[in-house]
Amino acid sequence: MFENIDLSLVNWSRGQFALTAVYHWLFVPLTLGLSFILAMMETIYVRTGDPEWKRLTKFWMKLFGINFAIGVATGIILEFEFGTNWSAYSWFVGDIFGTPLAIEGIMAFFLESTFIAVMFFGWNKVSKRFHLVSTWLVAIGANLSALWILVANAWMQNPAGMVFNPETARNEMNSFWEVLFNPVAADKFLHTITSGFVLASMFVVGISSWFLLKKREVLMAKRSILVAGVFGLLASVMLALTGDMSAKTIAKYQPVKFSSFEALYNGRENAPLVAAGILRKEGEKVGERHLPSFVFRIEIPGFLSVLTTGDKNAYVPGINDYIYGNPERGIMSFSEKKERGETARKALLDYKTAVDNGEKEKALDLAEQFTSEGFRENYFRYFGYAYIDKPEDIIPNVQVSFYTFHLMVMLGFLFILQFAVVLWLLFAGSLERYRWWLWVMLLSIPLPYLASELGWVLAEMGRQPWIIQDLMPVHIGVTSLKAGNVQVTFWLFALLFTALLAAEVSIMVKQVRKGPEKRED
Amino acid sequence: MARNSAAAIFTRVFSFYRDGFRNMSDWGRKVWIIIIIKLFVIFVLLRLLFFPDLLKKNFENDSERGNYIREHLINSE
Repeated sequence: MFENIDLSLVNWSRGQFALTAVYHWLFVPLTLGLSFILAMMETIYVRTGDPEWKRLTKFWMKLFGINFAIGVATGIILEFEFGTNWSAYSWFVGDIFGTPLAIEGIMAFFLESTFIAVMFFGWNKVSKRFHLVSTWLVAIGANLSALWILVANAWMQNPAGMVFNPETARNEMNSFWEVLFNPVAADKFLHTITSGFVLASMFVVGISSWFLLKKREVLMAKRSILVAGVFGLLASVMLALTGDMSAKTIAKYQPVKFSSFEALYNGRENAPLVAAGILRKEGEKVGERHLPSFVFRIEIPGFLSVLTTGDKNAYVPGINDYIYGNPERGIMSFSEKKERGETARKALLDYKTAVDNGEKEKALDLAEQFTSEGFRENYFRYFGYAYIDKPEDIIPNVQVSFYTFHLMVMLGFLFILQFAVVLWLLFAGSLERYRWWLWVMLLSIPLPYLASELGWVLAEMGRQPWIIQDLMPVHIGVTSLKAGNVQVTFWLFALLFTALLAAEVSIMVKQVRKGPEKRED
Repeated sequence: MARNSAAAIFTRVFSFYRDGFRNMSDWGRKVWIIIIIKLFVIFVLLRLLFFPDLLKKNFENDSERGNYIREHLINSE
């Protein structure tokens, strides 16, 4: 199953997973954000009793329903891929991945079969308050569902709360709370859900702008812009703050990834932040690998040090610090980590030999060693380095990291500006006069989708070569299948997801054109 | 008494869902058709034909699976 793994298989398997994840993520963030917008709109309806608020809530609920229905279960395919294409990885992560995913599955089932049904079927059948509670529970439940998936993903970025069992060759959870409160999970969750809030707000503001451009449903459009604009502005400010928190966490737990965001090769004090820049293909050389260097850059002096540690004069390590080590700063070199990883692997081999030779006591002692904190922290933590030959192989694609990071951040700041301007024009009563701005808002609907996908590309490509940070490189996690078979399923998914996306866009466009239901009076 | 009230709740819940599906709008019916086709493709076609759980399929028990992965971890480069 794992013999003769070739690069093309690894790349096709990665491509297949990336395609599934990217398409799945086209549906999820709108659900996360729009559910809260609906809950806020319905709250205003219940508090004011104004039927116009009910009408507009129902309209956005319809679009929420289309997105939810078409996106539901698309994430299940990722779980199939774990079992088929990533079987070594799936086995190695053991119950750590299984537990949060199971909680998510159960939560999603109960959420979908009860409260979403009340949301759609319950108008005029249950009390106003019960309906409102159901809508809020859908919003909270959908976001809590995302929490469990992100906890599982965060574990891959920063493995915590587990012990490796050499007998089963699996990692076993020894602290649920360490897994749940993994610092990477907290930042990832907050940053991801706020990105969903921004995306949904832009979606609502963009479509409402279309109604204003068409001079249709003006009251509904303005009220929708008010709710989504305020929510979007707050969420986009939160997005910047949680992004900053996330960057600090990455700097601590995935420092090579962080240095690649800024294409920072040599660490320095008073490190500048590259606000914008252009990289040329080659210029830096680490080992046998040619890495990009700057053709042009705009820097903010000292700002990277401030963002990372809060101190302008703090030292920010660069990629070379992690390759060659920096004893002065307490940074271990690649070769030292590799040595430690090999010691951990040798312990696994010794365990196996002891079991094969029937040396029970020796095997028990070796198994015990894997549970000791000293061995875990000093050796097993670097287990994956045993599989990496060259130091330069621990560096992700710097160009991808640099451009995705900077584009995502720029878009994030653009959203703050856009929501602020649209609200200012709304409060000034001149929004309809600035038709070009309405067009800008309408055409901006895809931008948060782009930013959100860039965030995932950055998170996942930035941590290469690891499938589990420092514990397992990607080529060890993959199953040896025929690359051709993976290609077939890649194209099948491409077809399936494109069909789903086309169906979603076509049904949504039709329903938007149709507009909300007629007034009940 | 308790059985009667449970039955009454069940009937109410059942009629809530039944009426909901009966009175579903045009777009609702359309998305339900998409959901059913999608679930068929995902769980029947993809799962059964293309995505077997290979470790489950190729080994009889967890001990064999563990041994196999351990060999893989020890011998891979």
